[in-house]
Amino acid sequence: MSTTTSTMAPHKPDTTRTPRVQQSTFSAEQLISAIPGAVRKLNPRQMWRNPVMFIVEVGAAFTTVLAVAEPFLGGPASSGGSTVPGSFTWGIAVWLWLTVLFANLAESVAEGRGKAQAESLRKTRTSTMAHKVTGYSFTGDPAATTTPVQESSSAELQLGDVVVVTAGDLIPGDGDIIWGIASVDESAITGESAPVVRESGGDRSAVTGGTRVLSDRIVVKITSKPGETFVDRMIGLVEGASRQKTPNEIALNILLASLTIIFVIVTLTLNPIASYSAATVSLPVLVALLVCLIPTTIGALLSAIGIAGMDRLVQHNVLAMSGRAVEAAGDVTTLLLDKTGTITYGNRRASEFVCVDGVSADELIRTAALSSLADPTPEGKSVVDLAGVKGIHVGEFAVGDIIPFTAQTRMSGLDQPDGIQIRKGAGSAVIAWIEENGRVASSVLADLDEHVERIAKSGGTPLVVAVKSATGEGRILGVVHLKDIVKEGLKERFAEMRAMGIRTVMITGDNPLTAKAIAAEAGVDDYLAEATPEDKLALIRREQQGGNLVAMTGDGTNDAPALAQADVGVAMNTGTSAAKEAGNMVDLDSDPSKLIDIVRIGKQLLITRGALTTFSIANDIAKYFAIIPAMFMGVFPGLAVLNIMGLNSPSSAVLSAIIFNAVVIVFLIPLALRGVKYRPLSASKILSRNLLVYGVGGVIAPFIGIKLIDLVVGLIPGF
Amino acid sequence: MDVFFAVLQVATLALILTLLYRPLGDYMARIYTSSKDLKAERGFYRVIGVDSRVEQTWQSYLRGVLAFSVVGLLFVYLLQRIQAVLPYSLGLPAVPEGLSFNTAASFVANTNWQSYSPDVTMGYTVQIAGLAVQNFVSAAVGIAIAIALVRGFTRRESTTIGNFWVDLTRGILRLLLPLSMVGAVVLLVGGVIQNFNGFTEITTLSGGLQNLPGGPVASQEVIKNLGTNGGGFFNANASHPFENPNAWTSLFQNVLMLMIPFSLPRTFGRMVGNHKQGYAILAVMGTIFVASLTFLTLFELNGAGTAPELAGGAMEGKEQRFGIFASTLFGSTSTLTSTGAVNSMHDSYTSLGGMMPMLNMMLGEVAPGGVGSGLYGMLVLAIIAVFVGGLLVGRTPEYLGKKIGPKEIKLASLYILVTPTIVLLGTALSFAIPAVRADVESTSIWNPGIHGLSEVLYAFTSAANNNGSAFAGLTANTPWFNTALGVAMLLGRFIPIVLVLALAGSLAAQDKVPATAGTLPTHRPQFVGLLIGVTIIITALTYFPVLALGPLAEGLQ
Repeated sequence: MSTTTSTMAPHKPDTTRTPRVQQSTFSAEQLISAIPGAVRKLNPRQMWRNPVMFIVEVGAAFTTVLAVAEPFLGGPASSGGSTVPGSFTWGIAVWLWLTVLFANLAESVAEGRGKAQAESLRKTRTSTMAHKVTGYSFTGDPAATTTPVQESSSAELQLGDVVVVTAGDLIPGDGDIIWGIASVDESAITGESAPVVRESGGDRSAVTGGTRVLSDRIVVKITSKPGETFVDRMIGLVEGASRQKTPNEIALNILLASLTIIFVIVTLTLNPIASYSAATVSLPVLVALLVCLIPTTIGALLSAIGIAGMDRLVQHNVLAMSGRAVEAAGDVTTLLLDKTGTITYGNRRASEFVCVDGVSADELIRTAALSSLADPTPEGKSVVDLAGVKGIHVGEFAVGDIIPFTAQTRMSGLDQPDGIQIRKGAGSAVIAWIEENGRVASSVLADLDEHVERIAKSGGTPLVVAVKSATGEGRILGVVHLKDIVKEGLKERFAEMRAMGIRTVMITGDNPLTAKAIAAEAGVDDYLAEATPEDKLALIRREQQGGNLVAMTGDGTNDAPALAQADVGVAMNTGTSAAKEAGNMVDLDSDPSKLIDIVRIGKQLLITRGALTTFSIANDIAKYFAIIPAMFMGVFPGLAVLNIMGLNSPSSAVLSAIIFNAVVIVFLIPLALRGVKYRPLSASKILSRNLLVYGVGGVIAPFIGIKLIDLVVGLIPGF
Repeated sequence: MDVFFAVLQVATLALILTLLYRPLGDYMARIYTSSKDLKAERGFYRVIGVDSRVEQTWQSYLRGVLAFSVVGLLFVYLLQRIQAVLPYSLGLPAVPEGLSFNTAASFVANTNWQSYSPDVTMGYTVQIAGLAVQNFVSAAVGIAIAIALVRGFTRRESTTIGNFWVDLTRGILRLLLPLSMVGAVVLLVGGVIQNFNGFTEITTLSGGLQNLPGGPVASQEVIKNLGTNGGGFFNANASHPFENPNAWTSLFQNVLMLMIPFSLPRTFGRMVGNHKQGYAILAVMGTIFVASLTFLTLFELNGAGTAPELAGGAMEGKEQRFGIFASTLFGSTSTLTSTGAVNSMHDSYTSLGGMMPMLNMMLGEVAPGGVGSGLYGMLVLAIIAVFVGGLLVGRTPEYLGKKIGPKEIKLASLYILVTPTIVLLGTALSFAIPAVRADVESTSIWNPGIHGLSEVLYAFTSAANNNGSAFAGLTANTPWFNTALGVAMLLGRFIPIVLVLALAGSLAAQDKVPATAGTLPTHRPQFVGLLIGVTIIITALTYFPVLALGPLAEGLQ
């Protein structure tokens, strides 16, 4: 939130924005172009980072060696009393390699999507010529018109350098405008073609390297080190290079690792124990058992899920500075929403004229409209518009001295040439103005209070209108009712939030009465009225002490402490560099209502991980029913009862399980990239649904899949 | 088989446990949260130099547990080694080194595996001063650990988790001793003996001579069950008429085994301030218990073969005075708690029936498990279930307001890793080391083949999970088994304790997150189902292959 109000027309998002990346999830082309990357990732040094898949790779290499050596050792060893066909070991080896490859493919595809974005960003980073001002002095020559300018490569710019950028130039680096005003084309970063205005001072002084100045001339102080610019960071993020594992991802990795260790122990101890029953299992079958049991499905897709989650944010034009922030977004329990722009349309409109007793509607409307003629704000314009609707036209131009609104007087108005003064503004200010020349009748005051109270209670802003004649005799005419228009559909969205366990708090500079009424109309859970940045910071601290995780948006420099304190701080791209520095996300569209999407994406990321973990572990049940009877049926024919799928032969059962294990990864890549469907429901309902789909589904699906694969494998001679 | 009688027994048991749930659970919560010390306690604290009002960090608490247990281990070991010179030793010699170690480890670890025949190995002094004392204190240690973990959930940003010495003392003085006194009287009334008579020579009906052992049995028997210890006074354990004379003493012993483990969820619910959380844990324990009992009973009723069909069920290894149902009930209770007492021979169960006690232990002794250890084992599984469930609802998982992050998951994962590793490695090593295998095959296994394999698997499962029951066909008093099982019992008891206390410390240090509609509710049937699923799937996936080589291979022939 910003306390300085900009007079510039607000930057309008969603007008001509071209989506950065097509929303399509997954295509054959993407798959093919990802293959080289997937093969490169087979390098054990890279695989080591993913212990589950590393074990599969070791198993694949080991089985390949066995397959090569077998012909010299007298053919494949029988396993658990069953003979195996000659091609069995090769079959296992090939499918194990494919399993690893499919896992790498998932990661490659996810990264590939980021690479395309990174490519377009890199183009903006190409070295440009900067006009560096040597010996800049803000007091002596703020516009740097006489100070010498030196040509320098943008790559050599250091923190604190000052450059001059004129129309048509690319801005050489991230910085703050210290002098001048310019329209800037930021489409390279935001994808929006409409230019935005940047000016020195205030909250719109930040410029990004690689964007182009379209008009005017500005002096910019560089605020980033070479190689650490906004664009550099963006490239790192979308490419996944600077992706760090998030706490939940680490915890999940630990759980998966421990499950893997259990299954390694199960496998290693199996043959010594089986040897007592003379039912030892051949090494390829043992490797197959291990690979089927360890959670390869989630192991293969885990990193793709993380990359895709960041990518989804980028598609929403939000840049998260860390994966941790995305995850925290899913955990948010308190959402601080700025009233203006998020809950309401930003500008209040006149909705009615209310006269005090003894004043004609005509006079009030005419006076109010006259005083608003010079008022360039949307509020002022709406007064004139409403007057027009009521049939009163006052012309186009104000005649007389325009008295602008200031925070001190809290009034604006017009001093007409005939000496008549018109004022409209906050009730107390206007009354004080009148009373400079004598008291106002108490009956008028009572009447006025009644109207003001009513309007304020309904959430509107009462604007008291008064005139003073040339002799100084003042009269109060009435009140203009300015109304905040609450965006449609918000009530439902906030109800959804409540169902998800998220409390919404509206932040506004309005008085408590107005705030309360708008809060009720919008359906938020709570509000903070007459909020200063300090109040906001205090509120965040209070919420956090109660164990809540807080998300907020902000753009001004004075929002920076609150943005830094919040667990999820989304800075608007139009905001200052201080705000962008303090937040852990930047919304390129500068749309505060994006916060709700960010929460959804955070949750979706976690759910996708949970769903695939559940699915992966549930799969093991069916795999056991395929492999266990296959392993020991030769020695204990009774175990055939466990072959409930009626698989063709022990060899085909084992191979089918391995094939299923590999193929399921490919089938789940789209899900991993797209994320599972998320509906805003209570935790209880979401759990029931996901347990049913991924838990029960995960138990049943492999029974069907393995059986179908076995029907095909059974056709191979020997199986 | 009288179905009516079976249902009546279970109904009686359920009724008694239900009546005990609230008062006993609340009483236990009061014991461990009260700020007042009894006079006797104050005196004791002065002697050992403990300030009862000073709480300990988890590390300090753990040091207390380990130091106390090491001293106990050495004491029981030495007592056996000098038995020859001790009074009331019935003239028995010193216990050999290996067996002394195994027994000391076994009783300190609340396992009470017995590689020996007690009637002819341990004199009264060792039984009372060594073994019976450990029956009390090892049980009290277990409850203390569980309470420390529960405190972890209740505290906010705290560095301490209670005082071990206070928890230990109160557990013994306020809980186990009073209950044991009442229980012993009931057993005496039921016909359990209590004397210092040594051996009595009698002439049997057929004219032969028989030495009948006597001893302070009732006082041992009650804490053996109440503390889920299980080490019998006699070799035949609770199938011996002097330990367990009739059907109703058998039922009463079931009550003794189950009352504390099944009431601890109430204590948990009371301490965390939400009884529904306690009911959820109770529901998980109860459901698994009933399901397991049902399967075992069905397997035994449908025993195949001529003899079982004539007898109306598999009666081998069961006492006529108990019948099938009282035997399967006792067997289930004893292996689902970490007691390990037997009133029938599990080795003689049908092949699939014999798998059930094994599976019960493989679950990790959590339904309801040993005193204390059952609750903390179940809470660790709940943490795993909450983690998976939490991810599924899209929030950083939290249980009772505590975030389940990398550290908690690391500790919980290691916990579930410990016992399977010990069981599988121990069993595998018994067959993988050639010299050991030769010894195991020639000396220990009396039933070669699949059943012999099951016996070894059972032994390690029992030891690592601190149960202590045996598949009786195995001679375990050999250097290999005494050592390996002794080590398995110690590791299976104390590694989890280290992890649980670390977990308690980590949870206590956290602030609490308020519950919202977005929080996974952990008191609903949905979560109960999830937790049951997690418990069973983890067990099934780990042990399916070895079970397929043992009881399944035997049962599906």
